[in-house]
Amino acid sequence: MKNNLIISLCAVAFGLLAGAVLMLATGHNPASGYSYLFEGGLKNPERIGNTLATATPLIFSGLAVAFAFRTGLFNIGVAGQLLVGGFVASVVGLNLDLPQVLLLPAMLIAGALGGALWAVVPGLLKARFNVHEVVSSIMMNWIGFWAVYYGVQSFIKNPSSETESMPLPDAATLKASWLSDLFDGSFINLGLMLAIVVVLAVAFVINRTTFGYELKAVGHNRDAAEYAGITVNRSIVYSMAISGAIAGLGGVALYAGNASNIQIGILPSQGFDGIAVSLLGANHPLGVLLSAIFFGLLYSGRGFMNAMTDIPPEIADSIIAIIIYFAATSILVERLIRWAIRRRANAKLNAAQEGKGK
Amino acid sequence: MDYVVEMLNIRKEFPGVVANDDITLRLKRGEIHALLGENGAGKSTLMSILFGMYQPDRGTIKVNGKEVRIASPNVANDLGIGMVHQHFKLVENFTVTENIIMGSETRKWGIVLDVKQAGKKIEELSKQYGLNVDPYAKIEDISVGMQQRVEILKMLYRKAEVLILDEPTGVLTPQEIQELGKIMKNLIAEGKSIILITHKLKEIKEFADRCTVIRRGKTIGTVEVAQMSEAAMAEMMVGRQVSFKVQKAESRPKDIVLKVDSLTVKSGRKSIALNDFSLEVRAGEIVGIAGVEGNGQSDLVEAITGLRKAESGHIYLNGKEITGLTIRDRIESGVGHIPEDRQRRGLVLDYSIAENMVLEVYHKEPYSRRGILQKQSIRQYADHIISSYDVRSGEGAESKARSLSGGNQQKAIIGREIERSPVLLVAVQPTRGLDVGSIEYIHKRLIEHRDKGNAVLLVSLELDEILNVSDRIAVVNNGELVGVVRAADTDENEIGLMMAGVRREAGA
Repeated sequence: MKNNLIISLCAVAFGLLAGAVLMLATGHNPASGYSYLFEGGLKNPERIGNTLATATPLIFSGLAVAFAFRTGLFNIGVAGQLLVGGFVASVVGLNLDLPQVLLLPAMLIAGALGGALWAVVPGLLKARFNVHEVVSSIMMNWIGFWAVYYGVQSFIKNPSSETESMPLPDAATLKASWLSDLFDGSFINLGLMLAIVVVLAVAFVINRTTFGYELKAVGHNRDAAEYAGITVNRSIVYSMAISGAIAGLGGVALYAGNASNIQIGILPSQGFDGIAVSLLGANHPLGVLLSAIFFGLLYSGRGFMNAMTDIPPEIADSIIAIIIYFAATSILVERLIRWAIRRRANAKLNAAQEGKGK
Repeated sequence: MDYVVEMLNIRKEFPGVVANDDITLRLKRGEIHALLGENGAGKSTLMSILFGMYQPDRGTIKVNGKEVRIASPNVANDLGIGMVHQHFKLVENFTVTENIIMGSETRKWGIVLDVKQAGKKIEELSKQYGLNVDPYAKIEDISVGMQQRVEILKMLYRKAEVLILDEPTGVLTPQEIQELGKIMKNLIAEGKSIILITHKLKEIKEFADRCTVIRRGKTIGTVEVAQMSEAAMAEMMVGRQVSFKVQKAESRPKDIVLKVDSLTVKSGRKSIALNDFSLEVRAGEIVGIAGVEGNGQSDLVEAITGLRKAESGHIYLNGKEITGLTIRDRIESGVGHIPEDRQRRGLVLDYSIAENMVLEVYHKEPYSRRGILQKQSIRQYADHIISSYDVRSGEGAESKARSLSGGNQQKAIIGREIERSPVLLVAVQPTRGLDVGSIEYIHKRLIEHRDKGNAVLLVSLELDEILNVSDRIAVVNNGELVGVVRAADTDENEIGLMMAGVRREAGA
């Protein structure tokens, strides 16, 4: 736990360092670059709100990846699950005439089910035919992409635009005026609250329940889980379904919170960013929360840095990429740290031995 | 003195563990030198250093009197050091010759593979050392004993002068072990030197000239084997007196607990692994299954525990048929299983010991209530097993299972299984790779379990274990039951012959 934190912080530090080198190499001043980048994300309540709002879908997608990962599965289909979850929720939001207190829960349930459906297919394929979930969930991404492309145009098309869905009515969004006002008009919304609740719920399920114990046992060692009488195949299907449901909720936060309609022809990048968020967060629910906020900060500060300096926004993207690289190769970082510690210890020992010799 | 290899004051540390503290081993030319030590004493680490896989933190290595740095296995090869690993590294569908020349292929005109010439050379080598290997046979068609000889040939082909044999007898029948002994004698007669890693004292006594004993990463001493008794060597290794003879009272078998009735099981490749197999195990007795590895033992165990489907036949536990039950239902009806491979089946290595101790009961009170794990109760239960089975670890119940030594992992599993007091305990290779101290302890526990009126099915490749611990012995060969004999009326020779498929004469 503590180790993971150190590794993640190292990854962040290396990423920022490499970004500074990049800025220097392209003839820019890293100090001013970074100060604008962070100011852009933190300068005033509105910007802080925007950072948190940007982070919200990433919390869900990171959590979806982390949950699957903890149970030994690599859910790379989060993008499709976000999209399908968001679409199903939008259909419900646009067609049901209910008061907000009923409509929002209905949309959340619909979104979760949509995401779960999209993830359960790879889960079943894995359990039944041992099809690798990476392959099948990537395919599901594209099926989802085109299904939503068709669905938006056929059922919930915006009359004034060919490429997007009808905007959701206010009752069917997660936007809350009190929250926006609190952050000086930021687009922050109730999705963040929901995300925090889900983070806590996932942490509880994974760490404290027999269900989480089973899923993790299957993730760590299928053979031992089978030996202990756990039904491995059922666990795999459940894991994928829950991971997809989390992603589906993220879709609601993305399309009915941060945005209020769906643009067709876009596979949400938050889906793939979820992998990075999960890696940097060491696949731990609270780690995911923090790393998603950090990514949110980089994404929302990027525009400000671009406006205030002539540092290209690609530098911010590069920093993110480098951080991902170090987070992904965390074992390397860990080894480096261990190696340094051991070398020092051995040097001491050798010195002591030589001292005795004399 | 003419030493081929000298390893002096070797120290090697891994994060958190000193594997080799201060080990000295000197190998004379033309001797068989046994390296004896408990599990985790540092044997494998030391040999990995000699074979160039690890670098020592301190100490020197001399080969033929010259100090050397063995940076990689290739360097070790060039220095004439070869190793036969416990698990052979052979390509199944290649011929013997192809396997042997892999990595040092003989070439014609620079690019064309010249198998013929190599084959001839291998035939000569095989004759010279009395190995009797057919260079053109495919690996998949020859026996495990032959495969081991191929590994030895591989080293000879690469002109190895020093041969390291890592636990070479584990996979062999008693007869094959004797043949391996002859081969080793041939090798030293031709001037080779052998390091024999083992913890079987009987084999050391039989084959080795000298023996270096290590304990907890330190050399305890090097002795002339001829002048030492087995008991004395065991004492050096463990640091206390050990009894070899398993103390047990006559068994008093009662009702039938396990009844296997004409069971047929197919293996993964859909070939028949166990054919029309019948066996009974009664309460209060230990039935041993003897056989060479891969003759249907694992398939029998998997069918009983539910890990594999039975093709036909029936399995009854206390008279109730369990053939179609799920694994969990079988566990609940009283089947305990000490699995063959503790790391693959027995433990979730990334779980703590506490979490592993409730692997089969986590869903029951008091370890969980309404789906919520009760860490307190789990912890107490784990602490209880840890103290009654002497499971040693760095951080007690909170240690990751991965961080425990093999022996302690095994004790934890045995504790977990016996603590559930199953009416039928299926123990597969319960002492595999353990030192005499732990073996003695585990055998005692198995017999205790029997004496409480439970049935024990013991599957082992160690004949001594089968003969010492079992009350009755069932011998399998090629998936079929060769016969069942009383342990008191038989001996190693008879069992060895039965393992090779020779049936006892009727009425004997």
